[in-house]
Amino acid sequence: MKTFLFVLLLAVMPAWAGGSSGPKLDIGKGGQCVEAPEFMRRNHMEILQHQRDETLRKGMRGSKYSLVGCIDCHASSKNNSVLGSNENFCQGCHAYAGVRMDCFECHSSKRKTVAEAGK
Amino acid sequence: MNAENPDRRKFLGKTSAVVAGLAIAPGVFLYTTAHGRAPGEAASGKVRWGMLVDTTRCSSDCKECVVACNKENGLSGGTKATDPQWIRKVELTDKKNGRKLSLPVMCQHCEHPPCVDVCPTNASFRRADGIVLVDRHRCIGCRYCMMACPYKARSFVHETLTDQNPDVPRGKGTVEACTLCVHRLDRGELPACVEACAKTGRRAILFGDLNDPESEISKRIRTVASVQLRADLMLNTGVRYEGM
Repeated sequence: MKTFLFVLLLAVMPAWAGGSSGPKLDIGKGGQCVEAPEFMRRNHMEILQHQRDETLRKGMRGSKYSLVGCIDCHASSKNNSVLGSNENFCQGCHAYAGVRMDCFECHSSKRKTVAEAGK
Repeated sequence: MNAENPDRRKFLGKTSAVVAGLAIAPGVFLYTTAHGRAPGEAASGKVRWGMLVDTTRCSSDCKECVVACNKENGLSGGTKATDPQWIRKVELTDKKNGRKLSLPVMCQHCEHPPCVDVCPTNASFRRADGIVLVDRHRCIGCRYCMMACPYKARSFVHETLTDQNPDVPRGKGTVEACTLCVHRLDRGELPACVEACAKTGRRAILFGDLNDPESEISKRIRTVASVQLRADLMLNTGVRYEGM
């Protein structure tokens, strides 16, 4: 069963990666990501979970991975946020995948420069 | 909670003397234990952040530290029982002679924090450099730490929040308290309350490394009488008060 699902996933992934299906997203500034997009799609949550523990509990700052970094690149140019509609980067893909995320119940979804200017 | 171990203290005293001896020339050290860690470097146990509040310079009509804290950390500024407050200005009156004091009370960043002892999920923790924090990824909102804290320093977030400061994530259902502005500290800046107090010209709050015998705060603690609030609990707080 597991093998079957994996094969199915492999069959589906190229189509998604190719952009012929899947959510239509406003990727914000975009550009060179910290890892390859295919890798990020599957592993961003692991990276963020690891980084958050290092930063909060050990005080290790300045990692190339950070949620603030994600938002800085991917916040929409329209509302400077990764949330708001199904075109916004985080919300759009999570709505498409049907996965709930808790990050933004505490973390700001706005680009840092904009959030600070608004204060 | 262990009582102070005198041998350990002596050992630490000697080590810091050796560290101080590593200076190449006066004022030029091989490495600094204070601000500005390299990116990716973990907080070090060589440093212990602390504050010394001079109550003789603090005035009851000034709340600049509280205002700055609220702004920096995105607190509403409300003082209802359900509003988070990270710093409270406490007014004291000696009933015998009428002497009045005003002082800010916030998380005292204990060496032996009761909030960490009681936390069932290890969300309350003490960072290597002595800052007591809540890991809200793990906090389940049980509020044991609020019960355990003798300083009433922690608050529970009762309501849904929006527009948090990107550097200070806060959310409903978790407990929070003064972080010594850890996000600023890690950038090499001073906590917001210390900066605001200095700006008023009162300079009632001195901030620095308690482990560095040459830091301004250590020198002051060596030369002037200061107290820890509820010192009888032997928590060895990082926040000290003088002129009490």
